Amino acid sequence: MGWLLVKDLQILRRSPLLVGLLVVYPIAIALMIGFALSSPPSKPTVAFYNQVPQGKGTISLGSQKIDIAAYAKDLLSSVQPIKVNSRAEAIAAVRDGRALAAVVIPADLPQQVQSLITQGLGSPTVQLYLNSKDPIERQFADQAISSRISQVQQDVSRQVLRVAVNDLQQVLNGGSVQILGQTVRLLGLRNARTIVQGTLDSLPHDSPLRPALAQVISFSDLAIQGLGFAKPVLGTIGTPLTVNETQLAGRTTPTDAYAAAIAVIVSLMFVAMLLAAGMLALERSEHAYPRLIRGLITTGRLLSEKVVLAGGCATLVTLLMAAFVSLFVHLEWARFALWLVSLAVASLAFGALGVAIGAVAREVSAASLMAFLVSLPIAFVALVPASAVSGTLKTVLDVIAFLFPFKAALQAVSNAFSATSPGAGFPLVHLALLAAAFGGLALVAMRRFVAR
Amino acid sequence: MTTRTPANPLAVRRVTKRFGARTALHAVSFELGPGELVGVIGPNGAGKTTLLSILAGVLAPDEGEFDLSGRDAGWVPQQPALYSKLSVTENLRFFARLEKLSDPEAAVQRMLAQADLADRADEEVGRLSGGNQQRVNIAIGLLSEPSLLLLDEPSASLDPRQRERLWEFISGLGTTVVFSTHDVGEVERYATRVLLLADGELLFTGTPGELEQAVGGDPRDLEAALVSFLHQRGH
Repeated sequence: MGWLLVKDLQILRRSPLLVGLLVVYPIAIALMIGFALSSPPSKPTVAFYNQVPQGKGTISLGSQKIDIAAYAKDLLSSVQPIKVNSRAEAIAAVRDGRALAAVVIPADLPQQVQSLITQGLGSPTVQLYLNSKDPIERQFADQAISSRISQVQQDVSRQVLRVAVNDLQQVLNGGSVQILGQTVRLLGLRNARTIVQGTLDSLPHDSPLRPALAQVISFSDLAIQGLGFAKPVLGTIGTPLTVNETQLAGRTTPTDAYAAAIAVIVSLMFVAMLLAAGMLALERSEHAYPRLIRGLITTGRLLSEKVVLAGGCATLVTLLMAAFVSLFVHLEWARFALWLVSLAVASLAFGALGVAIGAVAREVSAASLMAFLVSLPIAFVALVPASAVSGTLKTVLDVIAFLFPFKAALQAVSNAFSATSPGAGFPLVHLALLAAAFGGLALVAMRRFVAR
Repeated sequence: MTTRTPANPLAVRRVTKRFGARTALHAVSFELGPGELVGVIGPNGAGKTTLLSILAGVLAPDEGEFDLSGRDAGWVPQQPALYSKLSVTENLRFFARLEKLSDPEAAVQRMLAQADLADRADEEVGRLSGGNQQRVNIAIGLLSEPSLLLLDEPSASLDPRQRERLWEFISGLGTTVVFSTHDVGEVERYATRVLLLADGELLFTGTPGELEQAVGGDPRDLEAALVSFLHQRGH
């Protein structure tokens, strides 16, 4: 096998375009993934037109004021705003592509909000214009703005409730409010009850005022008790739902490490499969295979050599790639031995799949094309989220994914990159079995299709 | 296995090969003497390549015997079985190592000299002419100094000048050679014996002159004799 390897490495050395592609391709993938993961997502450009006049963005709620204009500014924190001076200009900015969306705050928004809060009437509306040409960009802008609007709505609701609770507390306990620049003292229900109780106690037992005052005290007790619940109840309404997140599926891989593992496995798959399929097909297109198997070497050893060659190259290339990616993404170098084992076993499994393809194809170009065409659906099937498909289809996809190395390789390598991922033992055994199975298929195919 | 005498490098007895329902070779028997240059001729599909592939050990016969293991015969397939990205020396060295020769480098130098390729030793095979590629192809078949060399249509893709040089090379080897060809002129000029196959059957074995005599009359050349012979035998 040694001389076969030497011969193939000599051939690769004389094929700079092929080797260049094998090296440049994963590095390009690594760079793209690295930059994508290390750069925060950019904010969508949004044209913003605020019709609310300067200084008119505040509404009064009881004794307090809420600055609605400030919340409108909050809306801009998740976008890159372009200030425009009219609704038409905002729409034009979207139409000519300068902005992905436009937000128009109507002049009566504060009044609409006040009316809704105080009278339950009105419908405060912010106008959003979206560019509908590119669905992905539209969704990007829509999500960025909608999520921010939800946040603003919550903030306004919370502020209103805070005012309401504060006012209720003053009704209950007394305090002071500013009315027309004057500080006005509020007695409060509890103080009023104390005063009435004192008055009642000072009256003669047969005073005709007693029943009436007793009724007032009784009402006060009920009101104090009821309003005492107002604060926690309104507080609950302000934040009606709390999400208490619990991970039930065991350990999970950090998103960045998982994305890096996907990039590495995609590259590994291409390098191992294309190289194994191509180098085996080369033996046939150069007409050397019949000469080799007439006593010089067995078909099994020839296939093993191709798998080792492709696996070794893929392991080396993807190790370099992983090291490169680790400049951008946290990968656990302490688990380097597991990186090596996982990448090597995965490379051998993909190499075995490659020789199975190369055994069927007669020429290098046909083998490479077949390997490429097979590899894409393998990756696609393995990456389809389980929740994205129905039960039967999910089962079918699971079976297909089980029969090819991508999913197991991804599990093994993501575990190697991050200790928080599920274990690598089963995926490695799975990959070894797949390597043996595809190697066996390649052997049968070579004997079946090549012998004559 | 048929026992061959030391004088006879090859003895074949009733070798039969089938591909599915088709019989490619049917009970073919013959013996070769040392130093013979034997041309295997016949129409397309006669079984020439199948016979050579069986003798080379690439195919196994379904019936019959012959006394060569694959390693005793040097085999030169029809299309050059070479790595075009490797140089002449690297190709020779690679196969010499796989042959497990005791001194691969000496064998390489010997074949470079014998094939007259010493001055092209470091050139990539893919850049050589078809004639020189075929020389390298044959040189690889001769690396283990076999007692028998099997050549499958060695001059098929060569121009007349390259063909002439190739036959000078083959004729000078001194090894027993069995070659298949469609070119009856080559057989007439270089072969010491003819094996005529048609539809998997060995119809004639003898010298080119004996084939001409076998058809009777006054054939103008071997090709005409061959056509007449096949016609007489219903092929």
